[in-house]
Amino acid sequence: MTPLLQVQGIAKFYGARRGCEDVSFDLYPGEVMGIVGESGSGKSTLLSCLAGHLPPDRGEVIFDTRADGPRDTLTMSEPERRMLMRTDWAFVHQHARDGLRMGVSAGGNVGERLMAVGARHYGDIRDQAVDWLGRVEIAADRVDDKPQAFSGGMQQRLQIARNLVTGPRLVFMDEPTGGLDVSVQARLLDLLRGLVREMGLSAIIVTHDLAVVRLLADRLMVMKDGRVVEDGLTDQVLDDPQHGYTQLLVSSVLQV
Amino acid sequence: MSDYNFAYLDEQTKRMIRRAILKGLAIPGYQVPFASREMPMPYGWGTGGVQVSAACLTPDDTFKVIDQGADDTTNAVSIRKFFEKTAQVATTEETARASLIQTRHRIPEEALSEDQILVYQVPIPEPLRFLEPSEVETRKMHSLEEYGLMHVKLYEDISQHGAIATAYAYPVKVEGRYVMDPSPIPKFDNPKLGMAAIQLFGAGREQRIYALPPYTAVVSLDFEDHPFEPSKADHDCDLCGASDSYLDEVIVDDAGGRMFVCSDTDYCRSRRAAGHVGAQGAPYEEGAA
Repeated sequence: MTPLLQVQGIAKFYGARRGCEDVSFDLYPGEVMGIVGESGSGKSTLLSCLAGHLPPDRGEVIFDTRADGPRDTLTMSEPERRMLMRTDWAFVHQHARDGLRMGVSAGGNVGERLMAVGARHYGDIRDQAVDWLGRVEIAADRVDDKPQAFSGGMQQRLQIARNLVTGPRLVFMDEPTGGLDVSVQARLLDLLRGLVREMGLSAIIVTHDLAVVRLLADRLMVMKDGRVVEDGLTDQVLDDPQHGYTQLLVSSVLQV
Repeated sequence: MSDYNFAYLDEQTKRMIRRAILKGLAIPGYQVPFASREMPMPYGWGTGGVQVSAACLTPDDTFKVIDQGADDTTNAVSIRKFFEKTAQVATTEETARASLIQTRHRIPEEALSEDQILVYQVPIPEPLRFLEPSEVETRKMHSLEEYGLMHVKLYEDISQHGAIATAYAYPVKVEGRYVMDPSPIPKFDNPKLGMAAIQLFGAGREQRIYALPPYTAVVSLDFEDHPFEPSKADHDCDLCGASDSYLDEVIVDDAGGRMFVCSDTDYCRSRRAAGHVGAQGAPYEEGAA
């Protein structure tokens, strides 16, 4: 099977300071990869490099495109890469307001990606928007409300709907549950797990919350100081950590 | 030396503006940056249009200025006087006699011909501005032809008002390429944008010039199930009886009395001179207005 995403030797430096270095992995269709590490460990830099928000200094990010098979997204032309970003890729930001248009209604937010790929029939766009709001548990009568009128959890679910409406194959998530209270986190994780399984999505989830990766991720990568210090199956890494830093990370989790 | 240079601006500046105009004509709908000068009037009063007019005027031109269709409002009168003083060109209120027409927010009712130029005053040239605040991003969207966001605005209109409520500055696509703001003309005027005359758009504060060559294909954006409709007040002109012109609603007393009159004053006057009388109009007398 061809990996959906092949990452080879990604490095990003901020001047002399290391953002991340020597990161390589393969992601297969339907697989969810978790990236954990403390603040400043380079996990967000890595995600930005993979998602095309930040040009890395070295390395390759090869994506298995629908049309032409595996291609390096870093050497693609900009229109191609941006097309990929709004069709096959999705990016869920930590803060919903970074990923939403706050002045545009919920329906418009969901419909934007459809219109960006050429949908020009209002009725169809609206039907799909209402359908997707339902799938992320937002009532249909909120379709014309602006995201300002939504709670934090609803905004995050709206952001997910807006991203998944074009049926992407790869979703990048940057701390998707950050800033939400635990009960809302639990519902969001439940929803995400359902959507990932149902749509056969591949995902890369960056988080510092080990519970999130335990629930969602098949595989885990632990980063420290810009390098990957340990990787493997999630349960294996969390239950039998080998690297000193991973052991510290796992033992730091508060038990209730 | 107390005279103005012809048409106020110095020759180098006019040359710079003409280059921007030619580039704009070569790439219809593309916003060409230019080094906008300070003019002896505030931004928002037509500094862009005035600079474009100054660069286009020749001593043989006949110049007309309209503001919301009218020849006799403050903005129109002051710009007309400005060029009377600085260029000594002939001026007129008759659309057909003018070789260069500067307009604010209207297209004249009378069809323009190939030997005329229409200059628009533009407040905000960027059609995506209120959707995407970053200029870097909007330029990228234009260059990559990513115009889905424009439809988000129309979507919002329909979801809130049941129909596309944008009534002026209605976005258009030019020759299947650039999305353009036609300046705040009513959408009633949008179908006329493919006219025979050259159309030039000047935005002074925003330092942009763009243009439509004659007979350019200009399409107003819409949805398949909510097609574009040019709209006007459902009424005839009360002075000249015209049913095909764009109307202003005028409040005439404190008791709710109102009348609808042509916003194009020259069109209305010429119709009344030809003997047309509307519901509240009196027969036309020369010089009576």
